[in-house]
Amino acid sequence: METLAILQAADLVKTFAGRRVLDGVSFTIRPGVITGLIGPDGAGKTTLMRLAAGLLVADSGSIHALGRDSTLDSLSVQALMGYMPQRFGLYEDLSVQENLQLYADLQGVPEPERAGRYQELMHMTGLAAFTGRLAGRLSGGMKQKLGLACTLVRAPELLLLDEPTVGVDPVSRRELWVIINRLVQEQGMSVLISTAYLDEAERCQEVILMHEGKILMQGAPDRLSAPMTGRTWAVTVLDKKLRDVQAELTGHVVDALVQGDHVRLVTAKNSTVEALRALPGLESAQIKAVAPRFEDGFIDMLRAKSSLRRTRLTDMPALNVAADSLPVIQVEQLKRSFGSFRAVDGISFQVKRGEIFGLLGANGAGKSTTFRMLCGLLPASSGSLRVAGLDLRVAASTARSRIGYMSQKFSLYGSLSVTQNLEFFASAYGLSGQARKRRLIWALDEFELEKQADQLSSDMSLGYKQRLAMACALMHQPEILFLDEPTSGVDPLARREFWQRISALARSGVTVLITTHFMEEAEYCDRLAIMAAGRILAMDEPAAIKARAQTLENPEPSMEDAFICLVQQATQMKDST
Amino acid sequence: MNNIRGGARMRLTALVRKEFLQIRRDPSSIAIAFLMPFFLLVLFGFGVSLDADHLPVALVAESPSLDTADFLASLEGSHYFAAHYARTMHEAEQDLRSGKINAIVHLRANFAAGLRQNDGTPIQLIVNGVDANTARLTQGYVQGVWANWLARRAQSRGQELQMPVQLVQRVWYNSEVKSRNFLVPGLVAIIMTLIGTLLTALVMAREWERGTMEALLVTPVTMTEILLGKIIAYFTLGTGGMLLSVGLAVWLFDVPLRGSFWLLLACSSLFLLAALGMGLTISTLARNQFVAGQVAIIGTFLPAFLLSGFIFDIDSMPSVVQFITHFIVARYFVSIVQTLFMAGNVWSVVLPNVLALALLAALFMGITWKKSRKRLE
Repeated sequence: METLAILQAADLVKTFAGRRVLDGVSFTIRPGVITGLIGPDGAGKTTLMRLAAGLLVADSGSIHALGRDSTLDSLSVQALMGYMPQRFGLYEDLSVQENLQLYADLQGVPEPERAGRYQELMHMTGLAAFTGRLAGRLSGGMKQKLGLACTLVRAPELLLLDEPTVGVDPVSRRELWVIINRLVQEQGMSVLISTAYLDEAERCQEVILMHEGKILMQGAPDRLSAPMTGRTWAVTVLDKKLRDVQAELTGHVVDALVQGDHVRLVTAKNSTVEALRALPGLESAQIKAVAPRFEDGFIDMLRAKSSLRRTRLTDMPALNVAADSLPVIQVEQLKRSFGSFRAVDGISFQVKRGEIFGLLGANGAGKSTTFRMLCGLLPASSGSLRVAGLDLRVAASTARSRIGYMSQKFSLYGSLSVTQNLEFFASAYGLSGQARKRRLIWALDEFELEKQADQLSSDMSLGYKQRLAMACALMHQPEILFLDEPTSGVDPLARREFWQRISALARSGVTVLITTHFMEEAEYCDRLAIMAAGRILAMDEPAAIKARAQTLENPEPSMEDAFICLVQQATQMKDST
Repeated sequence: MNNIRGGARMRLTALVRKEFLQIRRDPSSIAIAFLMPFFLLVLFGFGVSLDADHLPVALVAESPSLDTADFLASLEGSHYFAAHYARTMHEAEQDLRSGKINAIVHLRANFAAGLRQNDGTPIQLIVNGVDANTARLTQGYVQGVWANWLARRAQSRGQELQMPVQLVQRVWYNSEVKSRNFLVPGLVAIIMTLIGTLLTALVMAREWERGTMEALLVTPVTMTEILLGKIIAYFTLGTGGMLLSVGLAVWLFDVPLRGSFWLLLACSSLFLLAALGMGLTISTLARNQFVAGQVAIIGTFLPAFLLSGFIFDIDSMPSVVQFITHFIVARYFVSIVQTLFMAGNVWSVVLPNVLALALLAALFMGITWKKSRKRLE
């Protein structure tokens, strides 16, 4: 007999409001391993999870979990599996212990087994000291672990985790992976985990790669990276900004990413150092072959499928502002409290013209609060704040006319078309007549939105929404651009395109302030500040920040390593004082 | 099988306990259940009155005499009126126009002379008819004072007032004609509509909004258990609110409870089930706290306020509106509560209304049960 499929889907189709969210999905996952369900937002991951848990009914096709039909026999499937929804499903006004007990009762965990189980779960998740605390008062990472503990209260045979690592700080993310690995190794649990972080693919034994409702690939993660061998390179050019190197690359380049002290290059075909050096701009470059990664394969695959051009850089016209050395943004001892909670606790930084400055931190680190104060949307509790030379406390609205702001939620009017959205934002910033018309034509052309000009913005894909939101923020040609988590959830191609535009803007003299929780995106910034609990832990160039985490065991730490190292140092300092 | 049953009991207990913990930690539901009844009762018990009291009236006597003074004295003596003299008719009309007074009692120059004639004398009464209700009350009370005054006057002179028929008034069930006695019992129904409908409409939608429903649905719990958990918790809360209102009505506002308390409790329970059913139906369909709240207020609370007969008499509504009131759950309960408080156990009123409540409760619970499946769509 062949090994029993723990989860098996056959030709699943699911439509929501006429949109095919799942378009003929078939797969089988093996027992006793971690299978990653990987893909950008809107790929259909959550729908697939919900179908497996019997929470949705497919239009056609079937899905079987643990040998039972998830749709027809949902109660008995649910009794055998554990499922943690994206928002963890915790009752925020119940304490940790009360949440745990509720789920133990609902799952029918026998009384005698409970005490031991609770203890085991609390120990595993590190929540033992917080059992009396209300779930709503836990940090994001702790909530996520409590959610997991509640799901595991009766050890399931199959564990479904829907994007458990989104918006959680890297330390908690790493801890979660440790827990999941242990569950699989020690208890032989089968796990299906969905994620939009491509770097998490390499932590899975098997991956299912999804894109726009279809499965692109299934297998071990190296099935995607192995074919890329001979196509991945690290490039450095002396006396040249890495971002400029990246922007000027042309030819058979699939992907180019700034990565620490080099540009990571993926070529369309097998290549050699000599061939690369023949490319314009790389004559004097140092070029080294590097090992391929999962993401390289994914990008390559997406490029092959879509007609998107990699580069399109009509350099934005340089702003005719004096190339002064005065800081454009000046923040001094900025504080903001909400009641007794200090969201921002005395931060100071300066941003120069044309600089890309990043604020990096987990949810709740104080990034968004800082942003709102910088945009003049929220008054500071204390400290000084100057944007474009204007004191925000007295001239917030004047300053605002020189700022472009794009929020996490994109702030578009879903019932307006692309053109109408652009016109509205242009008018809101006081553009009218010919000036508005000119900017509209510019935006449609620059962001390649001509074809979608009459489409409702709510009908567009996330990547296009992001483009439109950025176009809206740029209609009045601001000299400073604030971007709050602009790349959350968009696919890696759209994210790369987005960063190319940002680089081009910075080259033309626009100052860019950006928040992100994607560690690797921090590499694009000229300088960045790492925030945790309302404070700045470190502020420097990306390479210098990473250098701080350098150890003998880890000579080339990633941004995530550096982040974790800094957070741990900060906690140790706090503990020792 | 026994095992599964035991599991069901464990799950239900857990869900009910969870609801109570949430109620305890969320001050808003406590406020709706206990503070709201208190404020509504105080407002309606002390503040709102449908009775006429101290109605401002001007008296114009073209030739003041002992008779006119005596009549004015009897108007002043009545607590229904705040009467004062106006020197001229013109002045009185000014006051009427500016809203300072509600009515003018006009005694002509021949008043005294007319009194002594056999066929009597007319007085003129001009009433501001904008507020038809008050106008009718004023008219009636002035007529009453006038008739009394004539009778007293005749008596004091040893005359028999010549009237073919004598009208002797008796007011039954609310002999003091206090509108409070009628409003306060009706409020019990309104309060329970609020607790039953608004609270459940919000809590079910909250589970959807916060994503906890998704987590509940993947446990072995059944939809019936989730619904029962809510019903048990909010039934208890609603009964608490009801007891509070009845207690306040009887002890704070001295409204007599003439019928049986236990019958009242039984009818309230039935009504509460219907209200909970409405709330659950709304919230199962809306899945969003804001929408559910709006629908609960516009679709159930307002109609209960306006169309239940709590304040506005259903019999005087146009027939179309009267027809609509048959679908208002509170209508049946208002009728029961008012009867039980003021008149006693009148089975011919209670029984048909109880039947209607039972039907509606079954209808709403049925819709909720049918519409809630263990699916996300």
